[in-house]
Amino acid sequence: MANYHIKLEGELEKQATRKSFGEALVKLGAKREGIVVLDADLSCSVQTAKFAAEFPERHFNMGIAEQNMLGAAAGFATRGKIPFACTFSVFATGRPWEIIRNSICYPNLNVKILGSHAGVLTGEDGASHQALEDIAIMRALPNMKVVQPADHVEALSVMEKIVDDYGPTYLRVLRQGTPLLYSDERPCNFEFGKADVLFDSGKGSGSKPGKVDLCVFATGALVGSSLEAALKLTEEDGKKVLVYNMSSLKPIDEDAILEGAGRAKVCVAAEDHNTIGGLGSAVADVLAGEGVGVRLVKIGVKDAFGESGKPADLYKKYGFDAEGVYKSLRSTG
Amino acid sequence: MAKELSIKDLEKKASELRIAALKAISKAGSGHTGSSMSLMDALVTLYYAGGAEEEDYVILSKGHGAPAQYAILADKGFFDKSELDHLRQAGALLQGHPVVKIPGIAVSTGSLGQGFSVAHGIALSLKLDKENQKVFVVLGDGELQEGIVWETAMSAAHYMSNNLIAIVDNNGLQIDGSCKKVMNVQPIRDKFVAFGWRVIEVVDGHDFEELIDAVRRARAEERKPVCIWCHTVKGKGVPFAENKVEYHGVALSEEEMKVAEAELKCN
Repeated sequence: MANYHIKLEGELEKQATRKSFGEALVKLGAKREGIVVLDADLSCSVQTAKFAAEFPERHFNMGIAEQNMLGAAAGFATRGKIPFACTFSVFATGRPWEIIRNSICYPNLNVKILGSHAGVLTGEDGASHQALEDIAIMRALPNMKVVQPADHVEALSVMEKIVDDYGPTYLRVLRQGTPLLYSDERPCNFEFGKADVLFDSGKGSGSKPGKVDLCVFATGALVGSSLEAALKLTEEDGKKVLVYNMSSLKPIDEDAILEGAGRAKVCVAAEDHNTIGGLGSAVADVLAGEGVGVRLVKIGVKDAFGESGKPADLYKKYGFDAEGVYKSLRSTG
Repeated sequence: MAKELSIKDLEKKASELRIAALKAISKAGSGHTGSSMSLMDALVTLYYAGGAEEEDYVILSKGHGAPAQYAILADKGFFDKSELDHLRQAGALLQGHPVVKIPGIAVSTGSLGQGFSVAHGIALSLKLDKENQKVFVVLGDGELQEGIVWETAMSAAHYMSNNLIAIVDNNGLQIDGSCKKVMNVQPIRDKFVAFGWRVIEVVDGHDFEELIDAVRRARAEERKPVCIWCHTVKGKGVPFAENKVEYHGVALSEEEMKVAEAELKCN
């Protein structure tokens, strides 16, 4: 199993990255007095309620008024604070987009935007509450960084880095639990602009990495699904597969993309997001820019809105669970 | 309070600054003549009559009035006066709308309504740090049509941000015509009062005695955010442009500039 990097035996423990965010916020809030939290009436859902209880003077509920929440966050950052503006991804990025553009990114202010409940994984609330365009619209903004941790451990690592880093950042977290991938045995040390190889069945025994049938670039909940799919493809179909965790969506790890693509017959980008403008587009930009002629298959929501349903049912329907990703990968390469 | 200038001195200073702003716009061949003139006296009150103290914030939420603030910042030595000659030109320091890279500008504005919201964030942050500075923010009456203005107004009253002082430059005109015709924002006083603000009306927004008194009263407010509702004249000081919507976003020609300068120097 040494080449797989991550243990994938049995039923994996799960935790929602929104909860990890909430935990990290309280821990970091105790160390950093500059951290202030702004909410838009969803402090229980986005897990900021604990911070609010712990540090009431540094918590500002702005009510159901996301535009003003982002504007006020810009004001706090103007004074040198580290404001976290937190709500569901759709309302954190879409509704106040132009305020983020003109009042946060243009002056390059240190505002952290927390978007929870991203993707169809949000489930029952349906399309109105399932952000599928957020990565695209945040990625397009100068100065903005975009991050989506794959699991609980990575979310904690991301938060440590985010508060030490300067500049506007969009942190995308999920409502539902995702499998714990990192552990003490395989620790996570998140870095902006760095991808992480989590599975490589084509590593070979020599010093030079071998060719693979498929190179998968995955983000968020699709990392876990891709890893399980890669394991099955390797063990049952005899395929060689490489899987990258692309938690840093902007800046993106161009070297990793070129290295992975250089080893692969086919590349795949997997995300719970529209196939327009997200991770797949970011990977395509890198490949095309360097003239790498490898095929890129995008797994994602294909220019459509989501719908209501149990998260697991939706993941099955959209082919985002391990079985769905396995089928996509098998038919691809 | 800074060194006191007489009302006559303030009027003279305002005329000089009007000429500087108009020249910058005219030279650029582009810029908001009418808006820069209507809010000039309120800004002069803040910067030269002790309205704002050195550590206070003065934010132009109606960022298109920037040439007025630029003329003041140049006069105060934040940057060289020659920068005014390059307003809106490629590579210039002075952008069409305020941006934080310009010395003396605390908030990048231009997209209407946002400066007000950011100003309130600053006010909240000051309170958290137990600082006593005030945050002055200038809005246009047309700007009040933006939804974020009322989100901000609601939150400032909720948090009892008495360190936030909004100055509404009520010149009655916006690009497409009179505010009443385009989208009626009146009654402004009733709206702010209903949102939990204290409103101080300035009947003549070009009368320094009235402006100074209003700012003094606003600074003393202990519980509520304050709206200084100033009735102003768009294009004030340039008779042929006064109350003319055609001069909202249009530069004066060289000929017009000469006439305007002569008029302003007579004052």
